[in-house]
Amino acid sequence: MARAHPHPHAVAQGAGKASRNTEAQARAQAQARVQAQSPMEAGAGARGLGSKSGTRRAARPPAPRRVRARRLLTPWLFLLAPLALLITFTYAPIANMVAYSFTDWDGVSPELHYTGAENYAEIFTREDLFQVFWVSGYYLAASVIQIVAALYFATILSFSVRFRNFFKGVLFFPSLVNGVAIGFVFLYFFQDGGTFDTVLSLFGYQTDHAWLGTPVSANISLAGVSVWRYLGMNFVLFLGAIQSVPGELYEAAELDGAGRWHQFRYIILPGIRPVLTLTVILSVSGSLSAFEIPYIMTGGATGTETFVIQTVKLAFQFNKTGLASAAAVVLLLIILLVTWVQRRLVPDDRVDLV
Amino acid sequence: MNRRTAQALAAVAGAALLLPGCTGTGGSAKGADAKAPDDPAKVSGTITVLTVRTDLVQDGTMKKYAAEFNKTYPKVKVEFQALTNYEAEIKIRMNTDDYGDVLLIPAVIKKDDYPKFFASLGTQAERSKKYRFTDFTTVGGKVYGQSPVGVMPGFVYNKRVWKEAGITAWPTSPAEFLADLKAIKTKTDAIPYYTNFAAQWPLTSWTYVDGSVHCDPRATTKLAEGDPWAEGSDLRVGDTLLYDIVKQGLAEKDPTTSNWEESKPRTAKGEIATQWLGTWAIIQFQDAAKKAGVNPDDIGFMPFPARTNGAFCATVGPDYNQAVNVHSPHKEAARAWIDWFTDKSGYDKDNLAISPLKSAPMPDVLKPYEEAGVKLIELDDSAGAKVKLIDDRSEVGIYKPEYRQDLVDLARGAKKGSLDDFLGGLGEKWTGTQKNVSH
Repeated sequence: MARAHPHPHAVAQGAGKASRNTEAQARAQAQARVQAQSPMEAGAGARGLGSKSGTRRAARPPAPRRVRARRLLTPWLFLLAPLALLITFTYAPIANMVAYSFTDWDGVSPELHYTGAENYAEIFTREDLFQVFWVSGYYLAASVIQIVAALYFATILSFSVRFRNFFKGVLFFPSLVNGVAIGFVFLYFFQDGGTFDTVLSLFGYQTDHAWLGTPVSANISLAGVSVWRYLGMNFVLFLGAIQSVPGELYEAAELDGAGRWHQFRYIILPGIRPVLTLTVILSVSGSLSAFEIPYIMTGGATGTETFVIQTVKLAFQFNKTGLASAAAVVLLLIILLVTWVQRRLVPDDRVDLV
Repeated sequence: MNRRTAQALAAVAGAALLLPGCTGTGGSAKGADAKAPDDPAKVSGTITVLTVRTDLVQDGTMKKYAAEFNKTYPKVKVEFQALTNYEAEIKIRMNTDDYGDVLLIPAVIKKDDYPKFFASLGTQAERSKKYRFTDFTTVGGKVYGQSPVGVMPGFVYNKRVWKEAGITAWPTSPAEFLADLKAIKTKTDAIPYYTNFAAQWPLTSWTYVDGSVHCDPRATTKLAEGDPWAEGSDLRVGDTLLYDIVKQGLAEKDPTTSNWEESKPRTAKGEIATQWLGTWAIIQFQDAAKKAGVNPDDIGFMPFPARTNGAFCATVGPDYNQAVNVHSPHKEAARAWIDWFTDKSGYDKDNLAISPLKSAPMPDVLKPYEEAGVKLIELDDSAGAKVKLIDDRSEVGIYKPEYRQDLVDLARGAKKGSLDDFLGGLGEKWTGTQKNVSH
């Protein structure tokens, strides 16, 4: 009875809550500090008003060193807040994670032991930990479809089409919906006799297929959801890039007798190449680290476990925080490696259409 | 790599080496006691009670308990925090000192670490006279937690459906159970058995067949010392039954899209006949029946289909154990809450649960158990910590849903292999790790 229905997204939610708490604390502390300082400052201001403005006036022409110092300092002062946040909430946790990856920590125990590279050795010697990357293949294949579709829609809607803005909205809409909600929606969608079956039967197809029932079917279904979810994002990126191509180029091309296909092939495609490369890199890293949709919909059951789901399970089910941290570091390195190889194969040249 | 990035990386690495110092609670307050207050009128302080009962906090039931508590302890202010995903959230909070005054002992904490996180409630010799389940939280002779209710695994079933299928007595063997499910399938419209595969955690209940198959109070020790899936062992019998249920098509058609919340009213209405859960589920299913406008008395409860010396057997165990935070500034008030909640709140009766007091009678829902002469046993948990350790190290996960999901996939043909190989593989993983765990 005390076994509350566990919300699948709650791991992430829990972490989010924790960081939100610390953020709130940090804010409160910062506020307290400001309050503590303000009377002093006010006093100093009252006393030193004359001298302060005096130095400022005096500093203008004859003290270039001070000006230079201030010029050097000013951008850093502006950067102070974002950098502090970035370091506190991004780099410090990553550094911490790297540190944990060299220990046998279980996530709560006050005791942890330094184990050297043992966790890394385990990851690279255990075949089963890498088998989950086959699942990423489905998402990789899906992202090819996703990019092609996004490119197609972006191109079409960049020309003047009736109800253009409406279609843009329709395509972008899934990106606005929370990923967890999408997971739940599609769980009903694929249910036995659920939305999908109903829609198919409207067209006369009576299927009795369990969409999430077998590994192949489940992975294809999940990858399909992922296409639906992320298509809009790619579409918007492409649309933006296409619209930044100067309009007179199309006019010139039309005068020269180029059709839509040629316009796409020789103007749009080269014009948006940097964005295209970026999208491909993001898709590859996204496929390798697919998590949200499979975790919520199947929890990694029936052969849908991805590397990140496996890592979460190691950390939160089997309490191997050390090993899970190492796995996360390895995933990061793999993604960096893949990106590097990709950049090598497709160098990012400056585009020059004219 | 240019020099600047090299420097930045070196700085990050340096920080990484310093940071593990921030981990953990340090254990400075190791070995504190939470003594019961002598004079209820004098105890004071504000205590935070953590709970998993989101529903009871939201509908104000917990506040009513607190108001009742204040009649005896007027100066203690009780505040509740309900955590939706308790295990994951508390694990992060327990890296600080601030994890409430009263909390539920999470599974992640190793038993040996209890004194570092919780204040003792007294010696086992003392407490075991009055309370059940003391050895589940005993470290070095001292008890660190107390469950306010006892739970018992078993099948929740719809009596009407079972009767319609012509079944009058509880099945006494797995084979008989399967035959009964088949009768349900042919004679009624109900789904004979519902796995709750998608919700995942209901599947873990199957581990709690351990002990009831052979009526052995030392079943947990057996898990720690031998192969849990040896021929004829409790877990093997249970897993084989689940496998056969699914294999013979007696479970829901598409387990991957099953729905726990929906399964409650569906069972109440008779669309689902049976689920392996526990006594904790009875009240939820009865509530679902009331909401659906059907008879809550149709919800029945039956033991695992196995008899030892002619009698059914069921294991009684604790639910989450309540404990006092060792860092709490109001340990007396916290202790007072645990004592009152366990002894006097009526929480056990409100939930139709087994009382944690040895002197209390069994709840009414278990009347059929008394009539059928079901033997109730308490498992000896002295090897519980070792079992958990082997479970985590081997990544078998007998308390985790994954292996049962694999078992169901295997049974319905979504995963290749034979049952023997599957259970044999688990046993190999388990016993292989067993050798390296000294405890």
